Amino acid sequence: MQDFARAFADSFRQILALDAGFVEIVGLSLRVSLTATLLSCLIGLLLGAWLAVARFSGRQALIILVNAMMGLPPVVVGLFVYLNLSRAGPFGWLGLLYTPTAMILAQTILITPIVAALSRQVLEDLHGEYGEHFASLGLGRMGQVRAILWDGRYSLITVALAAFGRSVAEVGAVIIVGGNIEHLTRVMTTAIALETSKGNLQLAMALGMVLLVIALAVNGLVSSLRLSASRLGYA
Amino acid sequence: MRDGETKAEAGRGHLKLVGAGLPGHHALSCRNLTYRAGGRPLIDGISLDLVRGGITAVIGYNGAGKSLLLRLLHGLIRPSSGEILWHGEALSPAHRKLQAMVFQKPVLLRRNALDNVVFALASHGIHDRERAEDALFRVGLADAAGRAARLLSGGEQQRLMLAMALARAPQLLFLDEATASLDPASIQAIEEIVLDAVAAGTKVVMVTHDLGQAKRLAGEVVFIDRGRKAEAAPTDSFFNNPRSAVAQAYLEGRLPHQFQIHRSQA
Ligand SMILES: Nc1ncnc2c1ncn2[C@@H]1O[C@H](COP(=O)(O)OP(=O)(O)OP(=O)(O)O)[C@@H](O)[C@H]1O
Ligand SMILES: [Mg+2]
Repeated sequence: MQDFARAFADSFRQILALDAGFVEIVGLSLRVSLTATLLSCLIGLLLGAWLAVARFSGRQALIILVNAMMGLPPVVVGLFVYLNLSRAGPFGWLGLLYTPTAMILAQTILITPIVAALSRQVLEDLHGEYGEHFASLGLGRMGQVRAILWDGRYSLITVALAAFGRSVAEVGAVIIVGGNIEHLTRVMTTAIALETSKGNLQLAMALGMVLLVIALAVNGLVSSLRLSASRLGYA
Repeated sequence: MRDGETKAEAGRGHLKLVGAGLPGHHALSCRNLTYRAGGRPLIDGISLDLVRGGITAVIGYNGAGKSLLLRLLHGLIRPSSGEILWHGEALSPAHRKLQAMVFQKPVLLRRNALDNVVFALASHGIHDRERAEDALFRVGLADAAGRAARLLSGGEQQRLMLAMALARAPQLLFLDEATASLDPASIQAIEEIVLDAVAAGTKVVMVTHDLGQAKRLAGEVVFIDRGRKAEAAPTDSFFNNPRSAVAQAYLEGRLPHQFQIHRSQA
């Protein structure tokens, strides 16, 4: 118990000291996850909007598929990306395995279905509500999509935050395609896994605390967004 | 409008000038309009000729199909059979831009009141904030411009929907119980605005349960009963001398015979 308390205090000191290795790990984590979130929003919002307003055969099957992909196991995604990027794989010639780019790629694949499925639901509800109004105004398909994206902005930001939360806390995919290489692909989650197994609880706990703070901040942002949204008559 | 004529008379005047049955003089016609859902016809073989100008009131019991008829005529839903003609041409989506509709349930974007009007105008390629502000002013919502549309009161929301419709200066305006939740002063103000629009050439088709309003405004009345046209007549003759039994019952405030009101026995 005493050890635990000491480790706790030490890890606080570690955070406050902001030594280069620690900052590097946190920085790479944020860079990888934010980039993956951005990419997944670009693809996922487009896909979600398309599924929300377009009518074609096979649409329902596609929606079910995207919904199911929300639960993709990170290690399976990691394995899939690994097989594609490994030297023998189809994209091996790109030399991307064990780079941050590979990690971004894996996380993007992991969270794009989340953005697509959740935003599809948000946008379809809005489109159902506004549909006859839009038709009465003679608004074209593109104008309709732009309007529901704007009117759904609070919910969509919440979706993006959920996706970011999932990617920053994820370990299975990045450890397979990144390899947890110091100064290159070591992020918070992979560092925690490694340092804990090595018995270096101080760094592991410091990083764990940063992860917790990020999770709390994301949740705080979501609730304050919800508050200002209802004040604006969004609900 | 001639001297000494009230606005209401002007609104009704067109009807008396234009003879019925002349093709090309109808703003909107439908032939054998039928809409089926769930295996039963909700709109059942309605044929109408709405003359240019003036106000047509559509009345009938709850669930008769009045709102459905308006949505069909506006082209929002596709009829199961029958045709709709706009100035003698088959109705196309392009015609919808010349029309406007105020829905029974207001549909408002998650934006402030002014931005809702700006959006409606912009969808017609009109980028004119002043015109939007003017429309709000006309329905008495100038002070509400910056308020969230969905937090307005029921009556204010209806007035906002009217502002959005009128700002576009439509050739044909569908009003589905647009004054149902307004206070008496606002009803009068809105009726004035609608009559102004009619005087400027807009044709109005309005659903209302306010018989006084139908008498005040409409030149002709269409009575809908269980998806069918029970009667269509000039306002005076409809109210003084309704021909269909169901319209007589309606005007006398009786429930139609097919309704059964079950009271629990004490
Ligand atoms: N999409 C639909 N599918 C099935 N039934 C429908 C549909 N739309 C409307 N109805 C039914 O058609 C009937 C007519 O509806 P409508 O809304 O046109 O009535 P209304 O005359 O406007 O009544 P109210 O005076 O209450 O507004 C109702 O019984 C309604 O339940
Ligand atoms: Mg109705």
